Amino acid sequence: MPSSQTEPIWIARDFYNCSGCRMCEVVCTLHHEGRIWPEASRIRVFMLIPTLEIPHLCAQCHDYPCVEACPTEPKALSVDDITGAVIVDRELCISCGQCIEACPGDVPFLHPGDNKATICDLCGGDPECVKICQKGKWNALWLAKRSPSINYKLYAENPSKIVKDMAFRLYREKAEELI
Amino acid sequence: MGNGYAGKFLEVDLTNEKILETRFDEEVLRQYIGGRALACKILWDRLGAKWETVDPLGPENIFLALTGPMTGFYPGARICISGKSPQSNGIVGSTVGGEFAVELKCAGYDGVIVTGKAKHPVYIFIKDEEVEIRDARHLWGKDGKQTVRLINKEVIAELESERPRKRLWREPGIIYIGPAGENMSRIAAVVQKWTHGAGYGGYGGVMGSKNLKAIVVKGTGPLPDPSDYEKVKELIDKVVEYRLMQDGMRRWGTGSAGYSVGADLSSEPIRNWQEEWHDRKEYGVDEFERKVWLKRYWGDYGCPTTCLKVASVLRGPLKGAITDNPDYELQAYLGTNLGIFEPEDNVYLASISDDLGFCGIQLGNVLGFAAELYQRGILTKEDLGFELKWGDTKAFGRLAEMIARREGIGDILAEGTYRAALKIEKMKGVDVLKYAVHVKGIAVGAHGIRSGLDYPPLIAYACNVQGGDHTSVSGLSPEEGGGELSWGFMDSAVICGFNTIRPYEIIWEFFRAVTGWNTTMEDWNTTMGPRMLAIQRAVLLIGGPDVRWDPRVDDDNPPRFYEPLPSGPKAGQAADREEVQRKKKEWFNSLGWDELGIPTSETLKKLGLEDVDRALDPIRERYGVS
Repeated sequence: MPSSQTEPIWIARDFYNCSGCRMCEVVCTLHHEGRIWPEASRIRVFMLIPTLEIPHLCAQCHDYPCVEACPTEPKALSVDDITGAVIVDRELCISCGQCIEACPGDVPFLHPGDNKATICDLCGGDPECVKICQKGKWNALWLAKRSPSINYKLYAENPSKIVKDMAFRLYREKAEELI
Repeated sequence: MGNGYAGKFLEVDLTNEKILETRFDEEVLRQYIGGRALACKILWDRLGAKWETVDPLGPENIFLALTGPMTGFYPGARICISGKSPQSNGIVGSTVGGEFAVELKCAGYDGVIVTGKAKHPVYIFIKDEEVEIRDARHLWGKDGKQTVRLINKEVIAELESERPRKRLWREPGIIYIGPAGENMSRIAAVVQKWTHGAGYGGYGGVMGSKNLKAIVVKGTGPLPDPSDYEKVKELIDKVVEYRLMQDGMRRWGTGSAGYSVGADLSSEPIRNWQEEWHDRKEYGVDEFERKVWLKRYWGDYGCPTTCLKVASVLRGPLKGAITDNPDYELQAYLGTNLGIFEPEDNVYLASISDDLGFCGIQLGNVLGFAAELYQRGILTKEDLGFELKWGDTKAFGRLAEMIARREGIGDILAEGTYRAALKIEKMKGVDVLKYAVHVKGIAVGAHGIRSGLDYPPLIAYACNVQGGDHTSVSGLSPEEGGGELSWGFMDSAVICGFNTIRPYEIIWEFFRAVTGWNTTMEDWNTTMGPRMLAIQRAVLLIGGPDVRWDPRVDDDNPPRFYEPLPSGPKAGQAADREEVQRKKKEWFNSLGWDELGIPTSETLKKLGLEDVDRALDPIRERYGVS
């Protein structure tokens, strides 16, 4: 995938492949924050049950409920017309948290530093998390062209729901004791 | 910019329910990095004068969980656990991987220093600046997986109640103990993430003795600043590039060794080290991979190697077991050492060991010891309550449960191989110490020395300040990243020995970029490292109250290593006593210690350890050296 993006992209994810290494968080925050900062990472790996790690990040829903819910005028949240990423204008954000509530997966968060809404911006079309995950051959994340036949909003999901499904698939009836 | 340290340590006095912050001068952090070296400083300063009388399982012991300056920056996060060891009665730096270390630093603390004893089971909760001692009575008795489940549930629910709502909260970092630790077994580990244990040292029992079930931390800040972030980023890339090329370690972890160390190196413990060679191909890594691995890569914060693999038994009578690989040490100790050569059986026992909160090495060692005594008719069905035959997975699992709960013979075995041997000798009136494969109360890791084909030298364990520890072994040159000095540094900095890079000097470049100090590898190898080892050696020589090591006798291999190997291409070979004595002297001499391994006054004064020197006078007197 070229770094100069000309069409909407999506970070595809396979949770079963996630090693839980959190290299994605390291490179995400080195890129966006200039430092390692787990709770400021735009991609956060949830480990509600050890061994079942779930990278949690924006799915770019077709109807962008977070942007819809943003109450400021003009809106602090907007959509990048090339990549489809949600872009936050930190000057305009009033830290109300309505984007979090509107998101079906509770993906946005208020930054632990400046308390402003924080959402994956797809690194302008060449996401760092994908690069490291591919380089390390983990293949939990990869870059895909957006396809009109997929409802990406389905992937905006709370990890506490995902982890149950994973536990049953991997550990079968034992999962009852783990969730 | 900073030096990689958060700058403050959390100090929790469980007796008086007091929470304080402690700071160390930069010069102290520079001279005692850490991690392990700083643990030596803290423990010596606070307990040195009364070392001999401090019961490792009493309230006067200190429990330490320390990150190092490189933790979180250097790929793959670990934390160093320490205190007065209930195994060796010295100091062991025992590191364990996981997110806890990063969470702690992001909460603003370099480490946690726990003193005293709580009135009832508690856990320490840390969320950034907010610190509480919390009731853990509802968690006491719970196994590892349930402990993690319950803590995650209650802590996440509480974090989620924050208003206004700022985020979907994820799990905290947790170090915890299982039932073995609660019952003060000397072979209990401090555990993270179900399967990762700080095993050597027996600090799970120390947590248990303090009524401390867990330490739980959520940090929302960034890692503290290093000195030169641009350089650190460059070096992270360099290490990651290098590690990603290490295909064997990435793909199979140490899990390929369960077959190869036995078949190719003749140095794997089999039936309590009665043999060290096998050619059981059904125990090959290919079988593990096909039968039990659910995840090909599993790792901790920032780790490019991800050498762990998630394994589970999904069918048959052992169904429901979940663990990692198991790694080589547990393939050996909870496999071949018990006469078990089936991947599923190995996963089953490793899962039980995890859940009960044991060090898998120490547990497998004491189980093997018990089984050999059964084989020889010294322990009987009446003593155990059941038969204990080699290869009987369920029986070993049952015995592990008894050890964790201190039921029946389990109460004796919970003391670890060495102390159990002393008790059984008294009970039975026969010499069983010759079957105890330990050095200074610490079971020897699963790499034998008899074949001469594996990495540990003849004196790897005999002179080791951490007893049977197979990572930080004596007798290897530090220049290439091996031996006690190198591992002592890695346990201090605190980084993972499975994420190193060659040339090893790059790790030092990384250290300087983080700390901003001009410390070189030579400085460490000639001053800071030897200073740390001198303190560890001194407290080992002082020992007490229940054991005292005699350097004339105890700086030696387990008797078994002098028995000729009975099988394999190296059959007939054994450790050579004279060679051991010669190497031992060389090693002690290289550190400025005398022939008995007592650091000389000159050495200690040069290292600025005058008080250690004075404390060793009675030891010198005892053995008639001046």
